[in-house]
Amino acid sequence: MSNPTPSDHAAPDLRLTSREMARFVRDGFLRFDDLVPRDLCAAALAEIAAGNHRAPGQAGAPFRDVWTAPDSALGRLFRLPRVAAIITSLVGPDPRYDHHAAHLTPARTRMGANLHQDAEYDVRRLHFDLQVSFFPADTPAAAGGTLFLPGSQFRRVYESTTRRYQDVLGQVQAVCAAGAMFFWHTNVWHAARSNHTDRDRYMFKLRLNPTVRQQRLWNTGDLDDARTRDDVAQILGGTIPWHGQRHRIEVMNRIRLWRYLTGDPDFDVAFWWSRIENTPETLYRAQRA
Amino acid sequence: MTASPPAPGTLRQKLLVLYAANSSPDTEVIAWSLYDGASDETYEAAGDAVPPYASVLDAMRDGWRVIKYPDLRPPSPGQEYDLSYLEFEFVLEKLEAINVESNAK
Repeated sequence: MSNPTPSDHAAPDLRLTSREMARFVRDGFLRFDDLVPRDLCAAALAEIAAGNHRAPGQAGAPFRDVWTAPDSALGRLFRLPRVAAIITSLVGPDPRYDHHAAHLTPARTRMGANLHQDAEYDVRRLHFDLQVSFFPADTPAAAGGTLFLPGSQFRRVYESTTRRYQDVLGQVQAVCAAGAMFFWHTNVWHAARSNHTDRDRYMFKLRLNPTVRQQRLWNTGDLDDARTRDDVAQILGGTIPWHGQRHRIEVMNRIRLWRYLTGDPDFDVAFWWSRIENTPETLYRAQRA
Repeated sequence: MTASPPAPGTLRQKLLVLYAANSSPDTEVIAWSLYDGASDETYEAAGDAVPPYASVLDAMRDGWRVIKYPDLRPPSPGQEYDLSYLEFEFVLEKLEAINVESNAK
């Protein structure tokens, strides 16, 4: 399949860049602020609070068929050009709706430790689903926005058996203004945090499945540029503090995913895979028995 | 003059679980949890957190006793590139005397 391009070639390509994709592969998520205008956030929040966000019986339907009413704030915000372009970059131009959840943490709610991975049953090694976390209202630290653990997407664990880990070095809590979105690999460890404010807090989560091979779906126009390739290698080889002694194995998993995403089976960082894929069988005559 | 020993039944256990970057107690702490049996406080995880000690050894020097030392296990054949739970889990404890009257329920 050729690299999809916007139908209007004069329009800017809003899909992710190769550097952004590399950061997704390293961290397991990307954060974008101010993606959704505040008036649309307010309309979506009202829709969610009123329970008008449900999509019964639509699991497995094309996402384009979900929230199609012209006045659906959720439909409008997920089809904003930049939002749609980011989704396309990760799961293709016509993804499948899986499910969504309007996660409510009521005012003055203590959550306790709840670090977990949603999809421990998903044993696919390379293909992945996308989860989008949308924050429809301002979410200060005290409101306890979702806490993400960068670089946890390759860790296979059983759902909430990670609850004993209360704090992990480098964890990132969503502290954001209304309109922010996090786009994340379904296997990223995450946790809702306590809401110490007097206002209820929502995080709207949407899960989407790819319907095409996740290969070169982002704006790959920069991929053959030498400086971009250097930056990509540097990003993919970057350290994440909590990985400790496991850094090299993490990098090898990132390389494997990048090979899958680019369709380049020879891509490597610092020769990690190349040296162990070298299993020569050539025999000189003098070696033969 | 030495301090009098705590009254019988007044000692409570505090557990500090430190996850190290490597198997040695002098390597840096990368994750942590605290369970305090001597108070009603619940530890609250949050973003931008800083480890309570830089290393397990630092915690030992502050009076924490190591009660679990992590095993070293080689990867199973074919699973050399698999990643999972945090590996180097040190469990430390302190025993703390509580005020029985104020803790009476």
